[in-house]
Amino acid sequence: MSELDINDKVSEMLNKSEHNVAAAECFEKTFVRPEDEEREVIAPDGSIIKVNPIYDYFSGKKPTEEKPCRGVIEKFLNWARAESIWVLGFGTGCGSIEIPPLMTPRFDAFRFGLQMRPTPRQSNAFIISGYLSVKTLKRVIRSYEQMPSPKYILALGSCTINGGMYYDSYSTINRLDKYLPVDVYIAGCMPRPEALLAGFMKLKELIKAGKAEKANEYARNFDEYKANQKKIIKDWNMPDYNW
Amino acid sequence: MSKIFDLKPDRSKYPSMGADGKLDIDLTSQKYVKMWLGPNHPGVTGNMAVELTLAGDEIVEAKTHVGYLHRGFEKLIERRLFVQGFPTSIRMCVAEPDTNEYLIARSTEVLSGYDKDVPEMAQWLRMLSLEMARLQGLLRGVPGQAGTFSLGIGVQWGVYLRDLILDRFEELTGARVYHMYIIPGGVRGLLPNGFKKRMEDNLRDIDDFIIRIRQLMFHNSIFKKRSVGVSVIPKDWIDQYGIVGTNARASGVKRDVRKDNPYLHYDQLDFDPPTATEGDIYARSWVRWQELIQTVDLIRQIMAKMPEKGDIKAEMPNVLHWKIPKGETYTKLESGRGEYGMYYVTDGSSKPRRVNLRGPSYTHAIAVLEKLLVGTNIADVHATMVSLQTCPPEIER
Amino acid sequence: MKEILDKIQAKYNLQDIAIQDNNQAYVTVGKDLAIDMVTYMRDYEGFSHFVMMSCVDWIEDGKLQLLYLLNSPEKKCDIGIKVFIERNKPTMQSCHHLWKQIWTYQRELREAFGIDFPGSPRVEENFVLEGWTEMPHMLRDFDTNKYAEETYFPREGRKTYDPATYMREKLYPKQPVTAKKNKDDE
Repeated sequence: MSELDINDKVSEMLNKSEHNVAAAECFEKTFVRPEDEEREVIAPDGSIIKVNPIYDYFSGKKPTEEKPCRGVIEKFLNWARAESIWVLGFGTGCGSIEIPPLMTPRFDAFRFGLQMRPTPRQSNAFIISGYLSVKTLKRVIRSYEQMPSPKYILALGSCTINGGMYYDSYSTINRLDKYLPVDVYIAGCMPRPEALLAGFMKLKELIKAGKAEKANEYARNFDEYKANQKKIIKDWNMPDYNW
Repeated sequence: MSKIFDLKPDRSKYPSMGADGKLDIDLTSQKYVKMWLGPNHPGVTGNMAVELTLAGDEIVEAKTHVGYLHRGFEKLIERRLFVQGFPTSIRMCVAEPDTNEYLIARSTEVLSGYDKDVPEMAQWLRMLSLEMARLQGLLRGVPGQAGTFSLGIGVQWGVYLRDLILDRFEELTGARVYHMYIIPGGVRGLLPNGFKKRMEDNLRDIDDFIIRIRQLMFHNSIFKKRSVGVSVIPKDWIDQYGIVGTNARASGVKRDVRKDNPYLHYDQLDFDPPTATEGDIYARSWVRWQELIQTVDLIRQIMAKMPEKGDIKAEMPNVLHWKIPKGETYTKLESGRGEYGMYYVTDGSSKPRRVNLRGPSYTHAIAVLEKLLVGTNIADVHATMVSLQTCPPEIER
Repeated sequence: MKEILDKIQAKYNLQDIAIQDNNQAYVTVGKDLAIDMVTYMRDYEGFSHFVMMSCVDWIEDGKLQLLYLLNSPEKKCDIGIKVFIERNKPTMQSCHHLWKQIWTYQRELREAFGIDFPGSPRVEENFVLEGWTEMPHMLRDFDTNKYAEETYFPREGRKTYDPATYMREKLYPKQPVTAKKNKDDE
């Protein structure tokens, strides 16, 4: 199928209402593992039920934009969001060697309200530390879509801006903002922990001014992002929106 | 009465070995659960996934999945000139980057015939930078073992002291993490004024830390209960699996590249690699702690025996038009995790033909880990992984 | 090192013996006697530690070169056993019965170079790449720059200066550029 056909098919599938059963037509059967196929199992009480492991726990809806509240309430909420940013602890690349120095007593980030959380359901911000190989991008997309809104992405290092020194590698992506929306870029290779703290200060200013709205942009341009992602991730065995 | 409290697990459908060596696990029989201890996990060392098949709480089969950090280094270095390969190759092992620099510098020197021209001062400075790299790796790794049992205070102390050593690196080379200090022909700069005094102050803090870590970890009853007798590597596995470094020394086999094939001036230093006999997690942590003491001592010896002044770089040809004749060599050194080697092939042009890195985690993280995890609990997976000191970037480069 | 190689030279028909002064030697063996020699070195000469297995692509000769690196902990020396196999649909006898970590190397070489090792456990699984449908990525005729420009969005707004030509024009501006002799001279 050419690229235009894939784009049309994706938009057509996602415009259908409720459960996107039609997505099953589009992914290749060869990349699905045997334990993920749709099958019938015997429940403990003896009855036979149908199980579809890929789609059963996901809602099947498209993401929606979150409208801000009015006036003072939104200012108060923005202040609360900015002063307690909980970061997902997923070290995606070689930039994650400067994250432990950030969290230990020398460049203490806990005094700014930053914490590392193990699960995406409890976190607010995602630090993409460096390059992303295609295999990791699939897991990052899944984790990012499981985070509750409002959510922010910080892109660390020069590999996220234009590919860095791996620009001609067959396995790393070059421009991160074609696949995921980025709020703040922190340049360097490696950026020092002080540079990371300066990036977080900038993110706090953006949140308090009401300008850190990239999660809403993801929901608005969902089809484009999804088409870009599916173009390079060839073994897509996840639902389209992993919420 | 005894039937209600009969808590033995049902082993009636335990897997058996098939004809081709694969386990015969029937996933539809509802006795087994497949769980991924995947890349997003606070306890995994780096970005690696282990796919576990569980019967209750006991692991029946484990498979390691790597490739999340694959950048295609060996293909990239084939497209670059010899001197452009330097900044590219450092990022192959993120935990101790100076080892990669030394391997590439030494390989190009040996193949082009300049290896006898490296001056004395440069060799001592190279040794200093390699030992400092090992020190900062150990300062994160020794208390990291306690971190897997949720004793996190050691990691906070250790990483703070590691930051002080990275300050010394910043004075010496200009960068905290990726230094690019060791280049073909020598090194890039001399020691700044007052470096030895500041280094000695930091080493005194580290001596303090060593005593406290001993109280925290090795005299701790919870640490002992969870690590003594767990994940034992018997002595005959060392040659069968190709285990190197601290993991081999903790089982009684004393192998160290600095003693067997000495490089630089290690034959002029006075040290003895520590060993233990039991081969469990406690023994490996103990051996690493002894190595921390030994590395501090080695840095003091190097700073005492180093000459006062000298050349730091030999005369090399213009690096942009440098062609190396056809040849191949294998260079190795002892990193914090074991024998670390590089196979380098040139073909007479201005770019290398093939660069192949052999990291110690290649066997530790895949063959040894999959064998050690069978029969243990889920809670022991992280302890085993960290005690083998697996570092995923050097597996998939 | 030299005594061991002299002893077995006639038995295995060794060619291209190169002994380097840091206790290393590289020998070339025919394809059918290679695993035999590796077993002999392990059992009778004390080379009990297997270091690595690697492959080099000599595209101009139409051959792939496999390398088995062994190390002897008592004699403290390394030996590299090189085997040349053909480049078109390459296969090699598997030696996973000798050491327990070799199946990982064979799995990686199958994905990277396309060499098949029949009988090796789990050799058809992917090692580092997922959903890869192109040719094996380490062969010399796979152009990684072209693939990266087509698949991932290429970086824009940059001019690249090849450092060799830039310095040649700056230092020797009056000399004419000689014709390039081989295509590696870029």
